[in-house]
Amino acid sequence: MQIKPILAAMRHHKAGTVLIALQIALTLAIVCNALFIIQQRTARVSRPSGVEETDLFVIRSDWADKSDPRRIDAQMQADLIALRQLGSVQEASSTNSFPLRGTGWDNFIKLQPDQVKMTTDAAIFFADERTLAALGTRLVAGRNFTAGEIGAQQPRDALHSAQVIISKALAERLFPQGSALGKTIYVSMGRTPSTVIGITDTLQAHMTGSWANPYAYNAVLIPARLLNDYTYYLVRARPGQLAAAMRDAPKALYAQSRMRIINAKDGVMSFAQVRRRAYERDVGMAILMGIISVVLLAITAAGIVGLTSFWVGQRRKQIGVRRALGATRGDILGHFLTENLLIGIGGVLIGAVLAVGINLWMVAQFEMARLSLAYVVAGVVALLLLGQGAVLAPALRASRVSPVEATRSV
Amino acid sequence: MFGYYLDLALRSLKRNRMLTALMVVAIALGIGACMTTLTVLHVLSGDPLPGKSARLYYPQIDPQDMDGYQPQNEPPLQVSWTDGMNLLHAKRADNQALMTGGSVPIQPEQSSLEPFYDDARYTTAGFFAMFEVPFLYGRAWSEADDDGSARVAVLSRKLNDKLFGGADSTGRTVRMEDVAFRVVGVIDDWRPNPHFYDLFSARYGGEESVFVPLTTAADLKFGRNGSMDCWGKGSGDNMKTATCTWLQLWVQLDSPAKAAAYKDFLIHYSQEQKAIGNFQRPPNVRLRNLMEWLDYAKVVPSDVRLQVWLALGFLLVCLVNTVGLMLAKFLRRSAELGVRRALGASRRSVFAQLLVEAGTVGLVGGLGGLLLAVAGLWLVRRQPVNYAALAHLDLPMLATTFLLAVGATLLAGLLPAWRACQVTPALQLKSN
Repeated sequence: MQIKPILAAMRHHKAGTVLIALQIALTLAIVCNALFIIQQRTARVSRPSGVEETDLFVIRSDWADKSDPRRIDAQMQADLIALRQLGSVQEASSTNSFPLRGTGWDNFIKLQPDQVKMTTDAAIFFADERTLAALGTRLVAGRNFTAGEIGAQQPRDALHSAQVIISKALAERLFPQGSALGKTIYVSMGRTPSTVIGITDTLQAHMTGSWANPYAYNAVLIPARLLNDYTYYLVRARPGQLAAAMRDAPKALYAQSRMRIINAKDGVMSFAQVRRRAYERDVGMAILMGIISVVLLAITAAGIVGLTSFWVGQRRKQIGVRRALGATRGDILGHFLTENLLIGIGGVLIGAVLAVGINLWMVAQFEMARLSLAYVVAGVVALLLLGQGAVLAPALRASRVSPVEATRSV
Repeated sequence: MFGYYLDLALRSLKRNRMLTALMVVAIALGIGACMTTLTVLHVLSGDPLPGKSARLYYPQIDPQDMDGYQPQNEPPLQVSWTDGMNLLHAKRADNQALMTGGSVPIQPEQSSLEPFYDDARYTTAGFFAMFEVPFLYGRAWSEADDDGSARVAVLSRKLNDKLFGGADSTGRTVRMEDVAFRVVGVIDDWRPNPHFYDLFSARYGGEESVFVPLTTAADLKFGRNGSMDCWGKGSGDNMKTATCTWLQLWVQLDSPAKAAAYKDFLIHYSQEQKAIGNFQRPPNVRLRNLMEWLDYAKVVPSDVRLQVWLALGFLLVCLVNTVGLMLAKFLRRSAELGVRRALGASRRSVFAQLLVEAGTVGLVGGLGGLLLAVAGLWLVRRQPVNYAALAHLDLPMLATTFLLAVGATLLAGLLPAWRACQVTPALQLKSN
């Protein structure tokens, strides 16, 4: 294939060549970054929660009368008994928060009482001896709380629990060498140490914001009922009986006492709903990026088809001459394919630089991760193939130009 | 002449429908995407109190102990009860209010209504005048009510409709948390967005149904929402002595000189508190006005900004695409343009003719873009985000859509039109 005549032909329509190259470059830059954002968001959405999510649901009960914490405590214990007695319920536990809830209580964790800066941050989950069973989360070391260890406290009391269970990620963060089991940590402002008696398998925190990425798997379980204005019940239904349990549980709670408000809209949520709610913005963004990418590629392809068709129309006579002088159909086809490939290569070279540039700017502006080069390479290949695909139809039309054209319109 | 050019443009556009459709669709998609995201950005970064916002300021001081002290750090974003009350009672500003959000159980008198929770704002008397809250009935409570922890409440129009069927309820009673409150006023619909005065409880779409004096809410230990940052001994049982920041203080300062004087006052206050041992850190104050505060707090979600950039990039690709197609279209008509030139049309008039054609594409594309933007905003409103309900196209944005569409297409038409004008009439005539 001779490149020289192709380059010479391109020199005759510089503006068009530059425009196609520019369009390919911009499309590559945007699509690479869009795909990268999609990948980042889907990676976030598909991270494990560490919770056995099927058959789990949560109920939020707001207390109508909040004046006496002791009455709230008694009510919570009565509620739990009522829930566990239901035929469709396997396990129930009270807590202030749970993985993927979005908002909640997180505390700085320190290794020394007079430490100025935190070692790390972690979600605070108030738990009882049944919480791990309700969540379906295993212990990888140590032991669970016993019923006798479960206390009660108000939100404004300092956390002063002698024993805590922590998540695996937190244990590894605090004690990179050796086991965290039996060590002491400080989970609040106070100077009371807490001994780690158990370490759970993977357990996600309630925080889902991107600021919390370094702490996303840090959780501390405090053996107490939190006597707040409201409480959550984590309820595990018997296998396959989720719908029935979600229907029965609020009724059982209202039968226990009517002095509560369970929001009709989101007072009872299956864990699948919790997960959907936690990540719906990420999913939305990923879908949007996907649509934008597809439309951009389509527009670029259409642009290439349009401009090449015009070139073919413009050069019918020259093509006829070449055919009359002995060029085969393949030669003509090859000419347009090569021409497009050359323009495409020019475009993707600029585009690759642009893609990395845009990513670096987004890293600074939007706290995004660095673009991996694999995306750029994939984008380059995709756009070159797209260009060749788009140019195929006009190029085939060109190859069908008959040598007779050379003699016409003279 | 314009009519003739328009006629020529329409004829030319009809001649190659595919190419025309491609250009119009590309412009429409680009404009639609841009206008959808720009409208969301416009709505979210708007001024919640136009005309007043430049005179409203959000003071910050640093009452924390030396734990984790670093000289360049930002002071806490809220104030403690002690400092808030001190600054409020100092009355150094033209108006001031201290506040926090919460939710309260409301027990209607009618047995037909179940008790329900509603959003409340605990604040001080200055709130209503400072933020220019419109009253439907009655008026705000007085400073004496603040000082005496009076059991008084101001209702929103919506809550008043629900509880009293929209009648003038001033003087009647509302029960909250088993305490009887006397209604002193009902406010008309008032929903500033962003929810600037308390970004901690809601950033957008926040709307309180009932307002009660802060002192009353504190005495009755009403539940509060928002964020709280503590140091030292922390909160304990009494929020009034807690070493925690959890309240928002807003002041109105009518001139820049007053703002400068108020900043000096904040520094002076910090020094004084340090001298008597209440503060430990050197004075560290901020006094941002409303829009500066929204900017600092990064109230516009970063996803929204990202989407705007993405849409602009998208529009750019669409425009480059249009430039290419228009170039092809105009150059294809070199012969026709050659005839026009040979018959005496100047370069300028040929240029004008081609730009009219480009503008027509832009106008049609803009119309398409507008429809797409309306559809896009409808999709945004169905998104599960707190600002969803706000995403509506307003008149300025409507005008912007058309200006952007026509302007961008004219710009895109410049190069092709210029190139097409360069044809030598003789050469074009000869080749035919």
